[in-house]
Amino acid sequence: MGSAENEGRAGDGGRGGRSMDAESARWVRALSADGEAYEEATGRLHALLLRIAYAELNRRGSRHGITGPELDDLAHQAAADALLSITRKIGDFRGDSRFTTWAYKFVMHEVSSKLGRHFWRTAGVQLDPEAWERLPDRLGADPVRQSEARELVAALREAVDEELTERQRRVFTALAVNGVDADTLAAELGTNRNALYKTMFDARRKLRARLAANGHLPLTTARRS
Amino acid sequence: MNEWQGLDDLLRSDPLDPGCDAALDLMDVYLELFLADAAPERRYPGVAAHLRGCPACEEDFRGLLAAVTGA
Ligand SMILES: [Zn+2]
Repeated sequence: MGSAENEGRAGDGGRGGRSMDAESARWVRALSADGEAYEEATGRLHALLLRIAYAELNRRGSRHGITGPELDDLAHQAAADALLSITRKIGDFRGDSRFTTWAYKFVMHEVSSKLGRHFWRTAGVQLDPEAWERLPDRLGADPVRQSEARELVAALREAVDEELTERQRRVFTALAVNGVDADTLAAELGTNRNALYKTMFDARRKLRARLAANGHLPLTTARRS
Repeated sequence: MNEWQGLDDLLRSDPLDPGCDAALDLMDVYLELFLADAAPERRYPGVAAHLRGCPACEEDFRGLLAAVTGA
């Protein structure tokens, strides 16, 4: 994978080098303080994060179907862990975005990770034995070119068997072929989204190289604008 | 059948893609550029590449967008 070194947030970051806005600066001051000011700020922030966690869980509601006390649990866990990350990392916040934008992204990350853990605990990682057969449909292959699509999928399946390591095969089959949620698989494998993505990345590169060598695909990705 | 976009996406491995942690690190800045219509994909092509290749981070991005805009 590439490096983000030249995409750092410092210097001429997102806000064009503007200094921190007043509201963000107030949050940073309060969260860096001691005693009562700190307690008051973390209390206020927790309430805000909890509201955002509920909103996000509701936004994703049709996909998880969780309600009642279970939903409350997830929202509270996500808000509490987001608050922990924020207070731990507040020294890294430079005001390249508004404080709330920066803070909310920790909520998104925690909601995803709590949902992944919840799915793994309640349902586990479900692999569909027909997933390979369904792949052309799932990937929106042109219906009039089904036989060509099936041939490509067969070539891909062969490449998965022959080119990938055991771990890469497991990750690729779950995420790419079965559409398993990355955070659910990460919970099952005791790893995290970033490490899985790296495994997927290497698998994709190998598979594309193999399909390209056999004339099935161009080597480079057709970039969408 | 080079124009099968779904398969092309499935096997996407953009060398600019820095992975989930690095993309998450910049997601707030990227989002504010996006909201300001300020071509975030030009300033942060790696983040843009990652969001194209990672459904999980793309979902977090959508959530962050909804949270910030109150949508
Ligand atoms: Zn990601």
